[in-house]
Amino acid sequence: MILFEFAKRNIRLHWLRSFLAVLGIVIGVASIAAMGILGNSMVLSIGESLSSVGDTIVVSPHTGGSGMGPPGKTNEKITDRMVEQIKRAVTPNLAIPVYSGGDRMKIGSKETAGVIYGIKIDDIPTLLEVDEGSYSRGETAAMVGRKFADENDIKVGSRISVGTKGIVRVSGILKERGMGFDINPDYGIVVTDNWYAQAYNATDYDMVVVKVRDLAQIDSVKESIEKALNKREQVVNVLETKKILETIMTAFSSISTFVMAIGGISLIVAGVSIFNIMMMSVTERIREIGIMRSLGAQRLEVMKMFLYEALILGLVGSTIGGVFSLLGGYLVSSLILKTTKYVFVPSSLLPVVYGMAFGIAVCLVCGIYPAWKAANLNPIEALRHE
Amino acid sequence: MSQDLAGTKPVIQFKDVTKVYSLPAGDVIALNHVTFSVEPGEFVAIMGPSGSGKSTLLNLIGCLDVPTSGDLWISGTRIGDMSDYDLTLLRRDSIGFVFQQFNLIPLFTVLENVQLPLTLKTQSSVAGDRPKDVLMSVGLEPALYTHTPSELSGGQQQRVAIARALVNDPEILLCDEPTGNLDRKTGTGIMELLAGMNRNGKTIIMVTHDPKTAEYAKRIIIIEDGRIQ
Ligand SMILES: Nc1ncnc2c1ncn2[C@@H]1O[C@H](COP(=O)(O)OP(=O)(O)OP(=O)(O)O)[C@@H](O)[C@H]1O
Ligand SMILES: [Mg+2]
Repeated sequence: MILFEFAKRNIRLHWLRSFLAVLGIVIGVASIAAMGILGNSMVLSIGESLSSVGDTIVVSPHTGGSGMGPPGKTNEKITDRMVEQIKRAVTPNLAIPVYSGGDRMKIGSKETAGVIYGIKIDDIPTLLEVDEGSYSRGETAAMVGRKFADENDIKVGSRISVGTKGIVRVSGILKERGMGFDINPDYGIVVTDNWYAQAYNATDYDMVVVKVRDLAQIDSVKESIEKALNKREQVVNVLETKKILETIMTAFSSISTFVMAIGGISLIVAGVSIFNIMMMSVTERIREIGIMRSLGAQRLEVMKMFLYEALILGLVGSTIGGVFSLLGGYLVSSLILKTTKYVFVPSSLLPVVYGMAFGIAVCLVCGIYPAWKAANLNPIEALRHE
Repeated sequence: MSQDLAGTKPVIQFKDVTKVYSLPAGDVIALNHVTFSVEPGEFVAIMGPSGSGKSTLLNLIGCLDVPTSGDLWISGTRIGDMSDYDLTLLRRDSIGFVFQQFNLIPLFTVLENVQLPLTLKTQSSVAGDRPKDVLMSVGLEPALYTHTPSELSGGQQQRVAIARALVNDPEILLCDEPTGNLDRKTGTGIMELLAGMNRNGKTIIMVTHDPKTAEYAKRIIIIEDGRIQ
């Protein structure tokens, strides 16, 4: 239609200022939509790790006095008696006591340091997955985290000298675990509990990992642990990994709110500049508006002429912004989440659609007043305009 | 409302029309109790000193404005308290304007300028052969149709403006100083063209300062201080 053509050519004639106004829309739409994509990818990927580690409850000693939770006596370790209590409380689910510490390590002539977990031989397969080699069979056998193995050139059969405590033989390399909330052996080794107890003279454990078979029972299992141990005073902290993930989500959502606010501000600024250039367009075109009106263009048609202009700017800006948000979401997702498989799913693309719709809406809203002003010019005065 | 004069029905009829502009400094009476009528096919020149009310009169005929008091009929329709919407429709379908400054739209080509009133009327971008036919009839070569107005001479631009004014086949053609921005020779060409249109039956009302230009008209209305002499 000729009115659309008018708008298009007006923009082409003033491409530089149109480009600058569009830039704001691009930035606004891109940051809002990218945050939406990232947020959704995060929810999806956390949801996935939730189902893989969400069946875990971590019981750790209550270190008290720091204002977190009810006051209780400070307890550095988890004793055998407490482990027994926990085991009884969670039956038939498994409770796995874990020693955890860290030490210097020597592989050949290479010196480094890493975390050490001591876990009962029988329990290791329950908690961890082997990637290469096999699960520990002897007491001096150890499993090594993938990252630790790669960085230090550790192979199945390698020997590691742990601090001054002795030497362990690597029986297997563990599968990389990524963010774990119970134990995190990627950068360390897992030895048997007996070896650990002997080497470090340990009697009490550092934590107990409870594997709950039925996800629906998480809360009731947690409650029975609390009942069994924290009845009179708080001696242990009972954390379900779900809670930890929720905390991370909350942290992310405040970051994303912040970025979206920046995007929103950028859109407002863009809206103001759209308003500005629309007012300029109208002022420059007063005479043409008068001509159009004298030729029989209705007010509504004059209004359309200018709204089309805002619409084109909005469409172009939002489309470019949408494309950028996909690129940005892809990039940030691959950097932070280490995966991009959640970027191009429908629920991640929805924020792009919303962002674009919002960008277009901003342009139209900011174009309304200038267009209305153009439509309501007195035709005679408009024709006389120099 | 006696609008039924015997015989032909006038295309323009003013009855006691007054137009007052209210300004902070006081009221300006641009037209003072003006009564006249124009029959179909007439070629009328309106003459008078600057500020006498010629443009005001033309704006009223062109439905760009409404009178302060009095009655007027344009192609049989009473312009009293007509809405802006209806005035615009009347303008689109019954009036063609030709201005001193040509008033072509610089963003559009020659052909698009001429198509414009037609597309407004048909609400479709398919204009058919009519615009080209009209452009031919005002003596413009097809080679020029894709040019923009700024690439044309003054005389050519005024021909495009006339073609645009005629494309919807209006009852009345209004010209405000159509030769005011043209040299004598080019102006004569334009006047010959308008006279030809009038011979084909078009009613033309033309404002001019120039007595030579006024000679092309069959009737001259002289206006002074808002009154017809
Ligand atoms: N929009 C307006 N507001 C206020 N006064 C106006 C307006 N238009 C015209 N006038 C006044 O009305 C009177 C008649 O003006 P008009 O433009 O009709 O004169 P004109 O005969 O066309 O003059 P010119 O030959 O200079 O074009 C003048 O005194 C002018 O100042
Ligand atoms: Mg005038």
